[in-house]
Amino acid sequence: MAVQQGITSGRRELERFRDPELVRRLLARAQRLAQRAADRLGHRPVIMEVCGTHTVALSRSGLRNALADAVELKSGPGCPVCVTDYRDIDLMLALARLPGVTIATFGDMLRVPGSNSSLERERAQGAAVEVFYSPDDAVALAAARPDRQVIFLGVGFETTAPVVGASLEQAAAQGLTNFSVFSAHKTVPPVMRALLADPELGLDGFLLPGHVSTIIGRRAFSFLGEEYGVPAAITGFEPVDILLGLSAVLAQLVAGEARVVNCYGRVVREEGNPRAQAVIDRCFAPAEASWRGIGTVPESGLALRPAYAAFDAAKRFPVSVPPPVIPRGCRCGELLRGKIKPTQCGLFGRACTPERPVGPCMVSSEGACAAYYLYGGRETETD
Amino acid sequence: MQVVEVKEEETALVESFGVQRLVRTRLVGPVQPGEFLMVHAGYAIEKIDQEEAAERLKLWEELLADEEAWAGGT
Ligand code: SF4
Repeated sequence: MAVQQGITSGRRELERFRDPELVRRLLARAQRLAQRAADRLGHRPVIMEVCGTHTVALSRSGLRNALADAVELKSGPGCPVCVTDYRDIDLMLALARLPGVTIATFGDMLRVPGSNSSLERERAQGAAVEVFYSPDDAVALAAARPDRQVIFLGVGFETTAPVVGASLEQAAAQGLTNFSVFSAHKTVPPVMRALLADPELGLDGFLLPGHVSTIIGRRAFSFLGEEYGVPAAITGFEPVDILLGLSAVLAQLVAGEARVVNCYGRVVREEGNPRAQAVIDRCFAPAEASWRGIGTVPESGLALRPAYAAFDAAKRFPVSVPPPVIPRGCRCGELLRGKIKPTQCGLFGRACTPERPVGPCMVSSEGACAAYYLYGGRETETD
Repeated sequence: MQVVEVKEEETALVESFGVQRLVRTRLVGPVQPGEFLMVHAGYAIEKIDQEEAAERLKLWEELLADEEAWAGGT
């Protein structure tokens, strides 16, 4: 989520984890491991990155291309904007059209197409849509504008939910009655179980999201090895991080092991961040959620708890929308299930570009189609 | 982002690449000047363990040197 919502860390650390010489040596090592893994598996190892920030980092750093002959990297349901269901987008657009309402959102949602509009287009037609870096700023807006109903669009995974929850608690403490949240938050472990239920998935391992893991901890993913026998690694977003993560998965494939290795120990703890988890737990309860391309997944959403009903936009502003119109030819759904790569979509780079996106995977800065388009993805031509 | 100054109401002034701004620290608890924070949407979500990072890089340097010697530099 680095691009969308600006996750940042220390400069000194960045320099070390980008060192070109170390990257070169680790790349050579990853290629050697991949070859040995391929010999053992009988095919080029297939690894899914379950994080939009990894998708972008792999493309931008050139590692995706550098590794193309050795490893097949697939994007999964890791971009929060992309996995937001068509119906939820349409509901957000309907909320934007209500009189007296100001929609507060992270910037990535602005251009995501719904059935026949987008927040950007609604804004051009007079709707009040404000982009914020932090939900706190939306709370401040509500405090300053008692004449407006401010609805914050909660779109994101476990990384975003505690931040939105903390803002919600702030709004409640201030006694605001004109702030609410439309919660489309989603959680990653349940959707991975849903993916793994597909016998044709054909994945050999996972690169797990560093920011989500920061909140929920390594332990929350250990079921991947224990129950499904799939090796995985949690890692960060610098080239050295990514290569260490991939190598940790490949080394397990060589050795025939299946664990979840934490390669992001400078940030991710075994049990995650208990304070953040407590905020999620106070504000939200697990609920069934609908994912684009994947369908409904039990317990994979976060609904506001009854104690926060007064801040629940879905309850306070019950809008209804007709069944969504899905753009013809857009294969975002298959992409998010790991079935195809962006260049296998017939619209990619032709009818669908970042300037004129057809689906959300081309809009979001974390979307796989946008990452492949902006930074190239030549290896996909050979598949 | 590095903590420059701890402010009231669970807020800290942090700096990254010469730019200073305020972040909320409620999700990480008390912080000290000099500590590095992972920040998301205006909130610190974790402290970055610089020692762990340095230690891990050192271990990798050693391991790579061993492996490359073993593989004859290929
Ligand atoms: S290239 Fe465009 S139309 Fe095709 S899957 Fe991606 S977003 Fe959808």
